[in-house]
Amino acid sequence: MDTSSHMARAQWMSLLAQAEAAELAAAMDAFAPPADATWLRPAQTGLYMLRGRIGGTGPQFNVGEVTVTRCSVQIGERIGHAWVRGGNARHAELAACADALLQDADQHPKLHEQVLEPLRHSQQARREAASRKAAASKVEFFTVVRGE
Amino acid sequence: MYVAVKGGEQAIARSLELLAEARRGDPATAELELAQIRQQLRLGVARVMQEGSLYDEELAALAIRQAAGDMLEAIFLLRAYRTTLPRFGYTEALDTTRMRVRRRISGTFKDVPGGQVLGPTYDYTQRLLEFGPTVPIATVEAEVPLAEAMPRVLDLLDAEALIERIDAGADPEPVDLTRKPLMFPANRATRLQNLSRGDEGFLLGMAYSTQRGYAESHPFAGEIRMGEVDVLVCPEELGFAIEIGSITLTECQMINQFHGGNGVPPQFTRGYGLGMGESERKAMSMALVDRALRCDELGEPAYAPAQNQEFVLSHSDNVEASGFVQHLKLPHYVDFQAELSLLRTLSAQHVRHASDRHQAVPEQALEESQA
Repeated sequence: MDTSSHMARAQWMSLLAQAEAAELAAAMDAFAPPADATWLRPAQTGLYMLRGRIGGTGPQFNVGEVTVTRCSVQIGERIGHAWVRGGNARHAELAACADALLQDADQHPKLHEQVLEPLRHSQQARREAASRKAAASKVEFFTVVRGE
Repeated sequence: MYVAVKGGEQAIARSLELLAEARRGDPATAELELAQIRQQLRLGVARVMQEGSLYDEELAALAIRQAAGDMLEAIFLLRAYRTTLPRFGYTEALDTTRMRVRRRISGTFKDVPGGQVLGPTYDYTQRLLEFGPTVPIATVEAEVPLAEAMPRVLDLLDAEALIERIDAGADPEPVDLTRKPLMFPANRATRLQNLSRGDEGFLLGMAYSTQRGYAESHPFAGEIRMGEVDVLVCPEELGFAIEIGSITLTECQMINQFHGGNGVPPQFTRGYGLGMGESERKAMSMALVDRALRCDELGEPAYAPAQNQEFVLSHSDNVEASGFVQHLKLPHYVDFQAELSLLRTLSAQHVRHASDRHQAVPEQALEESQA
């Protein structure tokens, strides 16, 4: 794959991982893994050490760990991977299947339309609602002018 | 001499049953669901994740329920569990500049670019107990969402060169305290990993001591921000970075006085705190202690406990501290028998000497009077 398709794949893998598990399950309902799907790596939960930066932008330090579930599936010629925060095996499996199917040029448009787009919209809506709620608690200072 | 070391199995089994019964409470009352703990006790969940050093709300909620709300016990459970999981690797550095902010305040500038956003906080509550059921609240949404990436308050000072610069430099690989033991002197990255999982109460006390004059450094809360940050990993199988989800973080940037010297102009210095979930008190305490521990680097006189890395870092971990304090409950029968028999011997000697002296005194007095 060239760089641009790397970027595209990174974007869809990110979107699948960031999705609400229930929403992903609903969206993937129509894309059950075919009978020839081989689980190269069954879902496994492990740890990544979170790295922060001193002062937010300085040298790195270890913040603590985070649970991550990963798995790999082969569907036809394509190998799909997933790394998803948390311990939800089903989420990782669905994301890996979607990743494999999205690499297939024939399947891609359908998944893009029925899985990625709805997930992207709901992610945007979720984030915007949270941001608007926070913005509602923004302080507006009123300055009293003293003297004339 | 041998003493009985076996026995008590049955008593232990009964004790575990009593514990289970006490934990569950009245069976007529519904058992707590993990979703209830995760949502309605989210600050407790944040603390257990932070000090358990494992970001997983589900596991933290499970630990809290199993520990009957004893946070230190829950933290211990989470720490123990994480040792059973394989380590996949290290994440890319978290970019808190791109945090999707839900709260962001500054104690140093009223009009900060991006504004002061209060978010969910207990700061403005009356601290009065609210009897009666909680009423569902309809929250308001502003017309305009917040800026995608909030500018950093400390950058305002940085633009005028009034605060120390901080950049990644050569971006050295930090020591990982889950892999290597703590060695002294510890560099700042190592200290921050220790403080990050350190006990909130201990760090709060240490931070308070610096404010009360033990290593006073005139702190200001330059910026506190809380919100969601993307977690990215770069697995070998892919060769490029992907997001695996988001986590909630609280970041505190303290601004402290520094008088300069050795060619360094007088400028503000920084203390840094970062906590999992909504953990403002912890992040602020961590930032104050981080700054106090920089005394050597900044050439400040070190006399206070909060400036002593050996003292702070060796006693910050509540799993270790709790273990060592509570190990006193373990059988020390032989140790204590030895102490007891030594004390009996000394006591007997004391009595003997006292009676010897009692007899000796009149003779001495007689000699003196004759002299």
